[in-house]
Amino acid sequence: MEALTDLVSALVLILNFIVVPGLSYGSQLALGALGITLVFGILRFANFAHGDTMAFGTMTTILVTWWLQAQGISLGPLPTALLALPVGILFTVLLLVITDKTVYRYYRHHKAVPVTFMIASMGVMFMTNGIVRFVIGPNDQRFLDGERFIVRARDFKAMTGLDEGLSIKVSQGLTIVIAIILVALLFWFLQKTRTGKAMRAYSDNEDLALLSGVDPDRVVLVTWIITAILATIAGTLYGLDKSFKPFTYLQLLLPMFAAAIVGGIGNPIGAILGGYVIAFSEVMVTYAYKKVFIYLLPQSLEPEGLMQLLSTDYKFAVSFVILVLVLLVRPTGILRGKVL
Amino acid sequence: MSFLSGVDMVGGYGGADILKGCTIEVDEGEIAVIVGPNGAGKSTAMKALLGMLDLKQGEIRFRGKDISGLTPQDRIAEGIAFVPQTNNVFTSMTVYENLEMGAFLRDDDISATVEQIYELFPILAEKRGQLAGELSGGQRQQVAVARALMSQPEVLMLDEPTAGVSPIVMDELFDRILEVREAGVAILMVEQNARQALHIADRGYVLVIGENRHTDTGAALLADPEVRRSFLGG
Amino acid sequence: MTNTRKTQLAFATIAGLLLIIGFAQSWNVSLGILNLCLISAVMALGVNMQWGYAGLLNVGVMGFAALGGVSAVLVSQAPVVEAWNASWGRMLIAAICFAGTVAGAIFTYRKLAPGRNRNLALTLVIVVGLALTRIFLDPAISSIEAIEPAKTGFLGGMGLPIILSWIFGGVVAAGIAWCIGKVALGLRADYLAIATLGISEIIIAVLKNEDWLTRGVKNVTGLSRPVPYEIDLQTSPWFIDLIRWWHGSTLDRLTDDAQQQALKQFVIDGSSIFVKLCYTGLFATVLVIVLWLSVRALNSPWGRMMRAIRDNEIAAGAMGKDVTRRHLEIFIIGSAVIGVAGAMLTTLDGQFTPTSYQPLRFTFLIWVMVIVGGSGNNMGSVLGGFLIWLVWIEAEPVGVWLMQVGTGWLDESSALRMHLIENAQHMRLFFMGLVLLLVLRFSPGGILPEVVRKR
Repeated sequence: MEALTDLVSALVLILNFIVVPGLSYGSQLALGALGITLVFGILRFANFAHGDTMAFGTMTTILVTWWLQAQGISLGPLPTALLALPVGILFTVLLLVITDKTVYRYYRHHKAVPVTFMIASMGVMFMTNGIVRFVIGPNDQRFLDGERFIVRARDFKAMTGLDEGLSIKVSQGLTIVIAIILVALLFWFLQKTRTGKAMRAYSDNEDLALLSGVDPDRVVLVTWIITAILATIAGTLYGLDKSFKPFTYLQLLLPMFAAAIVGGIGNPIGAILGGYVIAFSEVMVTYAYKKVFIYLLPQSLEPEGLMQLLSTDYKFAVSFVILVLVLLVRPTGILRGKVL
Repeated sequence: MSFLSGVDMVGGYGGADILKGCTIEVDEGEIAVIVGPNGAGKSTAMKALLGMLDLKQGEIRFRGKDISGLTPQDRIAEGIAFVPQTNNVFTSMTVYENLEMGAFLRDDDISATVEQIYELFPILAEKRGQLAGELSGGQRQQVAVARALMSQPEVLMLDEPTAGVSPIVMDELFDRILEVREAGVAILMVEQNARQALHIADRGYVLVIGENRHTDTGAALLADPEVRRSFLGG
Repeated sequence: MTNTRKTQLAFATIAGLLLIIGFAQSWNVSLGILNLCLISAVMALGVNMQWGYAGLLNVGVMGFAALGGVSAVLVSQAPVVEAWNASWGRMLIAAICFAGTVAGAIFTYRKLAPGRNRNLALTLVIVVGLALTRIFLDPAISSIEAIEPAKTGFLGGMGLPIILSWIFGGVVAAGIAWCIGKVALGLRADYLAIATLGISEIIIAVLKNEDWLTRGVKNVTGLSRPVPYEIDLQTSPWFIDLIRWWHGSTLDRLTDDAQQQALKQFVIDGSSIFVKLCYTGLFATVLVIVLWLSVRALNSPWGRMMRAIRDNEIAAGAMGKDVTRRHLEIFIIGSAVIGVAGAMLTTLDGQFTPTSYQPLRFTFLIWVMVIVGGSGNNMGSVLGGFLIWLVWIEAEPVGVWLMQVGTGWLDESSALRMHLIENAQHMRLFFMGLVLLLVLRFSPGGILPEVVRKR
């Protein structure tokens, strides 16, 4: 009987510290990587400004959230930020459409090489970053309100009688649910609608799409709109789950790029897969397994150290190592990339 | 005046002129074939009709109207369809989706056209759910032609449709093209396999360095000893 | 306007600006900016080699600069003897284990045929090897970090003159560049960008967290200097005499008492300017050497081949040029130059603070320098380094001032005004981006475009 309790306790530990955080972080990365992969598939460049697009979308959402909170409007147990999201998305769409019209369109019409786009995206990154820091400042901002937990560790312990608790934050639950809905909508859009098919066709074979009568400007416009939606939601969910700090969003670029490339860049399913691969690797490699082993092993074999493979400070290294491995073994990514 | 005509076309892709005053015409229910040695400007002439290069001189007329000022997209909307030589299917999309993309500019119900296409190319009905990238070369070529036909074009232009396919497939493809002609479509083809192509041609153009060298019916060109000697290998 | 005229005009403008700052603010500030301009110019030259000569997109400038920075620590700090005594045995075994792991991995990779078996064997070798390494390394690390953590808590360095670190920093950066280049060169251009972005983040993470090597976020302060200390100068008779002579006419007009007072002040001011001038001399020497070598290299057959590869990789490959190998060379050389500049920067700062490495400042700003100055043109990069650093530094006070004037109509204590003034400094990021985009769009060659020799 005790052996069984120990086993369950170990499972709860893994669930609490690996599965739940991995799922929510993975969903955030997946949404971010989807934006990168869409831009890559349609506009054919690696968008360095994507992290800051997320920061911008989150910032506008936060500002609206604060305003709503000041008005006394709330969503009860859910974070008010959900109510503010549409406005945040609207502003982000505006930002991306303006940058496309003023920056990228020129290079598109002049058939510039991808590297030029990439450098232009660095300029856009600078400007967006400047705006975000100017408006909201470089510091941490918290904007989470409403209920904090879906399942509390204490309640879980009381309910099950186990020593280990399981806690699921509202932000984590929301992240996973919203990510599933969003991804489903995106795939429905890409697979079933006329515009979605045009996007896939354009990504697959630009010349033939043009010969079929696809309007490139429209495809690009829709791509930026979807990117803005994904980026704002991904950024807001990340901010709700952790906290909002402009610099952190810049740093998210690496795991998001890694997710997109690992999955197969340009391939949306790959981006999602990549997001979870990166997230779970990060969480698993940086988790200290000591307690798990204490439950699973007989007392005589109890480990001395933390049984942690890498300190949490190296989580970026994890995404990078996976990225390098994939580049070495299978440069096209797990799922063959380069098309939507 | 023909249905679609490019008269006295001069131009190229920047740099030196590739077309030096050649004329290409095609009528409804007719197959016109452009043959000639490498570098003669065969594909270029076709692309000029489609508006993919700027002409310095000459005009393109379609249904008696000057369309020289239209972009390729506009010309497609007018009823001209084009099958490129390579990369002519959406490899990551299913056969059916390829057909749908062919009908992208149409607002009406496409199911009847799809049925017609399936009758014309039965193999496509069988493979409708498969990704075009997974098909064999000959099947892909059929998808490519079918995609172009989905817009119900009045002119169908094919750039070397039989390049890289086996002789059996080539014969089959030509048979299909003949069937398309029966529907009253004007067909313009560039072909490497000159002899076989001229056999089905109502009108043949032999192009040499951007100029018309011989123009006649397919049968007459096949019978012309000079054409046979110079361009058909005896 | 020819490039030569433009160069003269541009550098004259910068000299003028520095003079204005010197008269208006202080010579101390002006020279401080000049020194960082020189370092930026060297860094920009390194990036220009990679991007301008070869078209390689290195988005990890920060990492290579930080490697140079840590070299300054490892070369100049005195070794911590107790730490070595406490740990050398385990460290040695750990090092052997690590070397064995690497060798074993390479051996397995070479000897086994590609496939599942090789992957499994490789994973096994690496996992076991790293586990072994950590068994010895972990206690060694704790023993090192336990020794006077407030003062040392790390192994220290080699106790050599810090100026040697400029070379050492270049070598270390070159080594890491070799590793990353081996993996990422030969793949698509954007993959190199992302790979370098990644490696730079990892380098910073290592520098922040491996306390036994770098003291991590506890920073290393009080690095030794290649130039005299102000405090020593202030008590040296020759320096006081020098200052007395320099300010002779001013001092003569004063009474004895006032004269003493004034001289004291002059000596204090003069010492810090003298120190800065010494740095200026050193940095300018490095810049001139690197620039001279760059110009030589760019105009040599090797440089022509590089540009040929950049302009048409396929054609150059078809002519028998080993494109990937040449790319690896230039990537290593460029990274080494960045490493040298990074070591110079840490030397100037006199301290090593891993948290100060931010990608916007150390990677993307350098990129703006290269693009604005003129990619492919060495003088252009130098100019870009000077100009952009000047703008970057002066944009902050100017921005705040503009914001103060611009919001003058608001109430002194209005929250909006406070916010705007407080955050005005961040607008310089915005303007840097704007400058980059404007140059890229309207003058893609930069201020001094690459000179294409006509025949």
